[in-house]
Order: sequence, then structure tokens, then C-alpha cells
Amino acid sequence: MANTTRRNESVQSVVRTSGLGCCYREGRVLEAVSICVEAGDYVGIVGPNGSGKSTFVRCLMGLCRISEGSAELFGTSTDRFREWQRIGYLPQSLNVINPVFPATVEETVALGLLSRTRLPRSISPDDRGRIVRTLELLDIDGIRHKLIGELSGGQQQRVLLARALVNQPDLLILDEPTAALDPDMRDRFYRLIGDINRTDGVTVLLVTHDSGAIGKHASKMLYLDKKVLFYGSFEEFCHSDEMTMLFGPNSQHLMCHRH
Amino acid sequence: MALVEIFSYGFIQRALLAGTLISVLCSVLGVFLVLRRLSLIGDGLAHVTFGSTAIALALKLYSAASLVASLPIVLCASLGILKLTEKARLSGDTAIGIVSALGISAGIILASIGGGYNVDLLSYLFGNILAISSEETYLALVLFVVVMLLVRLFFHDLMAVTFNEELARVSGIRTNLINAVLVMLTALSVVLAMKLVGIMLISSLLILPAASALQNARSFRGCIIWAALQGGVTVIAGIVVSFVTNLPTSATIVILNLLALACSFLARRLVTFKNNN
Repeated sequence: MANTTRRNESVQSVVRTSGLGCCYREGRVLEAVSICVEAGDYVGIVGPNGSGKSTFVRCLMGLCRISEGSAELFGTSTDRFREWQRIGYLPQSLNVINPVFPATVEETVALGLLSRTRLPRSISPDDRGRIVRTLELLDIDGIRHKLIGELSGGQQQRVLLARALVNQPDLLILDEPTAALDPDMRDRFYRLIGDINRTDGVTVLLVTHDSGAIGKHASKMLYLDKKVLFYGSFEEFCHSDEMTMLFGPNSQHLMCHRH
Repeated sequence: MALVEIFSYGFIQRALLAGTLISVLCSVLGVFLVLRRLSLIGDGLAHVTFGSTAIALALKLYSAASLVASLPIVLCASLGILKLTEKARLSGDTAIGIVSALGISAGIILASIGGGYNVDLLSYLFGNILAISSEETYLALVLFVVVMLLVRLFFHDLMAVTFNEELARVSGIRTNLINAVLVMLTALSVVLAMKLVGIMLISSLLILPAASALQNARSFRGCIIWAALQGGVTVIAGIVVSFVTNLPTSATIVILNLLALACSFLARRLVTFKNNN
């Protein structure tokens, strides 16, 4: 996306929710979530299991029904939002990949480009160049002709990330993206996302249990437990009462000292 | 009789043309259905076709007219399966089972009211491609063109939804529309396939070429092409072999598909063994 567009968005929120609530049959999952994410923010979303972190990002993408309040992406209500090429989404689980699905890495990444095209969709030479560049960025161009089902969990995760990045999105939504990665790969993954955020100004929403990673990489923190318990810059969080209350007495040393 | 002489018969020419078209359709759609674990939808819709054929025969509609009469009923049933999975929180196989039960029980009752199981109805159970009429062949040709054009139009969308429905939605693909397109195209193909292999064996046309292709395909596009080729070749070979050996055509086609699947499986094992040693 052109830099001018990103500059224009510096005055416009990328994500805005107002009193957002969501109910499943089992009961209320989210309640009165009101936040504003600005262009270029890197927001770490944390909270205990079942606190509604994934539901929150799924509501933003229209994958869960909003039962109360509202949500906007780039100033447009999520139920009218159609600019899907501006969103890159990496889902929570590698279970999204059927191991017998016979697509190559290249074919899988190409699926990420469909939001740019209209029926009858096709992949242009420009698109092919874009795919190759994304594969190179993630260091998986050497396996582009391999079947996705034959790859390791870490490689599959990088392919799905390539699929999310191939459109050069303005907003990257990552839902527990490092679950299948070993510690070394996890560090590389977070460094890469950090680079994309800083260099290209891509706004990042990262759902994770890895609070250490939030401390190292994110600029803002959203702590959810069905409701918003904290939302603000990471520095504010480090000096807030909520810090010790939510993460325990040693948390400031573990999370707030960036190395 | 020389082998080439077989091809001079009009009924063989019609069977080869219509059979190949129908089988290629089923094989291509079968790849999407197998990967989405909806492969038994063929059986379910075939049972509905049995019911709709009983209605058509009770109304004295025969040949192509009975196929045309079946189309709207089977199309509605295919959408019914989809709605049951979406709205009633049922899995695909349960929804298929419900619609299938409705189709077959309605068919039995209607056949009973209409004077019992006559020869026409039984011919739909086991198929009789050699008896395909010119009108039915034209109908197969028209539906082949329509279905293939729609598959081409929605190819990437179908692939994306098959890969993962949620990711497809976040790519802006209207997944409900694409699901409806897939089951409706399947319904059209199943109605045609009833003449080729009969209600009892329809799902084999959807499942076997796709299952073979999945053994060795090295890309999604390659998988589709492999399945289509196997579907076409086994129908041609099946018609010729059954004619020469005087065996039932539908069962011969299915047995050839099973042999192709066995060969594909062995080939994959061989390649894996070679790569590991």
C-alpha cells in the first residue's frame, strides 16, 4: 500500500470498537470493549484462556457475530467492510491445513491475493512477482514447489504468514501465531513482525499467551478478560497497578526490561 | 468382431461421448468434495434422484424428460443439505443422511403408489449408459459446458473455500455462495451420472478419481487434471471392456477406477520407499 495512504491513516483509526459485545450459546464472551488502534500501532492482546482474545479479533473480521456495540475497520463498519486486501490474517491453529490438501506452497500463498481480484479471478505475472518476493522475505522460496501438507509445523506457519503478507496489508492480525514454533523460530518470527511494523508501518494485532514477547515487541497492550482490564501503551502498563495485579510481583522485571 | 467396429455403433458413440463428459464432471467436482469431506453427498443426492425419478415416471415422463424433471428437485435437495449444516448445527454427513433418507423413502412410497418398481426405475438403480438417447446425450453436453464454465469462473474461490473457509471469508470470498455453487453443480452432475453408473454407484464416480489423484498429485491444478483424465479414460475403457466381455458397464467402470486407485496407491508407496532408501 502506498505510503501516502498510510500517512492519511495516521489521522484515522485502523480499528475502533465501541461497547463491543459478543455472546455464544454458552454465554457472554465479550462485554463493552471500546478501543481505538491507530495506524502503525503494534498491539499485543493478552488474557487468560477463554478471555475472548480470539473472539475479539474474529469479531473484527466478521467471523463472529457482534451482539452489541459496533466495530470499524479503517473507518468502515465491519459489516460493510469490503477492502479485504488491506487485512492479513494468520489464524490460531495449524489445524487450518488439511494434510492431504494437494496445494504447493506457491499455490497456497497465491490464495492470499484473491481479495485483490474480481471474478473470474486469475494470477497475473505481477502477482507471481509479488509471491516470489514474499517467499524470499520469509526464506521459503526454496520450498515453493513442495506440497503444504509435507512441511513441518514451522514451515507451514511461515507459509500461512506469507499468505497473510502477500497483499502487503495495512493491518496484520495474528492469532497465537507461534504455537507451533520452536524458541529460535519464535524469536525470528517476532523480529520479522517487528521489522514489518517499523519499516512498512503495518499495524499489528497480536493475540498471544507469550507475555514476554509482548514486552519485547509490542507498543501497546490490550489485556482482556471478557472486558478490557487494561489498554494503553506498554510503558504505561509497566507503571500501572494492573501490572502486578495481572501478572504477579516479578512481572515488571520479566516483562518491562526490554533487551 | 474387430475392436474398431465397436466405435461405428451409434449407441456406443453416444455412450462414449456422454459417459466421458459426465465422468470428467464428477471427477473434477469430486476433488473439491473429497477434500471438504463431503464425498458422500453423491449418495445422498442419488437417493433424492431416485425419489424424483419415481415422481417423473409416475407422471409418464421418460428419458431426458425424467432427467429434466429431476433437476429442480435435486438442486433443492442439495441446498437443503447446505442449509441443514449451516442452520441446524449438523455435520455434513448427518445432513446428507437426513436428505438421503427423505429421498429414498419418498421414492419407495411414490413407486409403490405408481404401480411398483417398473423396469425404468430399476434401470436407474444400476445405470445403463449403452441405452442413452440422443436427447440425453445433448443434455449431458449442455450441462457439461455449463458446469465446466462455472468451475472455471469460480475455480480460485472453490479452491480457497476448500483450503479453509474462514481464511477464504477474510479474503472477501462469499463462502455461502461458493458452497451453494459447489453443491448445485454436484447435483447437476449426479442427475446425469445416474444414467451412467446408476444410483448405487454414483458416489464412486465422485470419490475414486479424486482419491487416486490425491495419492500422487504435486499441485492442486495437477490433482484436478489427473482426476479428470482418470475419469475420462476409465469410462472409455469400461464401455469397451464391458461391450467385449458382456459385463455390466457401470460395474466395469467402477472396477477400473478401483484398479487405478490401487495402482496410484502402490506408485505412491514405491516413490516413498525409493526416497527413503
